[in-house]
Amino acid sequence: MLGTLTILLLCQLVGELIARLLHLPIPGPVLGMLLLFGGLLIRGGVPRAVQDTAGGLLRHLSLLFIPAGVGVMAHMERLSGEALPIVVALFGSTLFGVAVTAKVMALLARNTPPRTGQPDTSTQTPETAP
Amino acid sequence: MTDSLNADLRDIWVYLSASPLAGLTMTLVAYQAGLWVFERCGRRPVLNPVLIAVLLLAGVLTLSGIEYRTYFAGAQFVHFLLGPATVALAVPLYNQFQQVRQSARAMIVALLVGSSASALSAVGLAWVFGGSAATLRSMAPKSVTSPIAMGVSEQIGGLPSLTAVFVILTGIIAATFGTWVLNLARVTDWRARGFGMGVAAHGIGTARALQVNEVAGAFAGLGMGLNGLATALLLPTLYRLFW
Repeated sequence: MLGTLTILLLCQLVGELIARLLHLPIPGPVLGMLLLFGGLLIRGGVPRAVQDTAGGLLRHLSLLFIPAGVGVMAHMERLSGEALPIVVALFGSTLFGVAVTAKVMALLARNTPPRTGQPDTSTQTPETAP
Repeated sequence: MTDSLNADLRDIWVYLSASPLAGLTMTLVAYQAGLWVFERCGRRPVLNPVLIAVLLLAGVLTLSGIEYRTYFAGAQFVHFLLGPATVALAVPLYNQFQQVRQSARAMIVALLVGSSASALSAVGLAWVFGGSAATLRSMAPKSVTSPIAMGVSEQIGGLPSLTAVFVILTGIIAATFGTWVLNLARVTDWRARGFGMGVAAHGIGTARALQVNEVAGAFAGLGMGLNGLATALLLPTLYRLFW
């Protein structure tokens, strides 16, 4: 776990350095993700420890958004002053975005069925789907 | 006797409300309370753990008169982990690389269409209903994960902390109503359902997708990463071209 955390932080740090040195518009962590992805491709596999720690971190991904979410408090004035445009824009664009992305993807990917060796889940009932 | 006890309690309160310990612990407790309610009530999407935790914390902070800044001094240790977690997304991306490559073309098109549909409809709707310029700019990158969204917001003249709030609200809306809208659009392919959640609603959408289906979860994680990348590259460039 300690080793993996070090690798993750190193990738982020190098990503941050590259972004700043080259004045790239990409945030450091995203460059870090690409660096780690490249490293995994070169290595040809994910070490057990990295798999476990990354899985653990991502399992509670939603926890990491809470501190920023509570920031809703600090913006109450603006949020209530512009409640109508904000509520309409957030609901409208989010649901539109989910639907459009999924629809386009489903239409274009219908000729490439999910990888063999995995159950074909495309015919399951979508009641419990995300 | 009671006076000295009261004085002690006051001292303890002053110490705790100013140290990072309280904010950090409250965040973890609130999240687990949210998870508990979510699990107990049949994992209904309306009872999103993040939504419950944010409401709980905002309530507690308002009642106890603790400022957000003081709370964040402790909670920032959780917030900081968003960076390494973003890097860690390389792992599911690598794990699903075969499947990803097969549907790469569909994904790239869906990414570009979905990403611009989300950003344009957000800015357009906010503009039509009379939102201010700062709100519009802060709204544009709200579909992507907060470290990226906040960085982009800063570059295009928005308010990063306001963007962070829009990002969270977007995630909660998608996690709550995503199932409904995907059924309405008659999308049954798990890859597409997951990808839509990830592109339009980043980590919270991905967390929701992971709860339901493994394939959906992998594609959601990928959609979030790809849209983070696309938004970070395209939005500031477009902004500079048009403004």
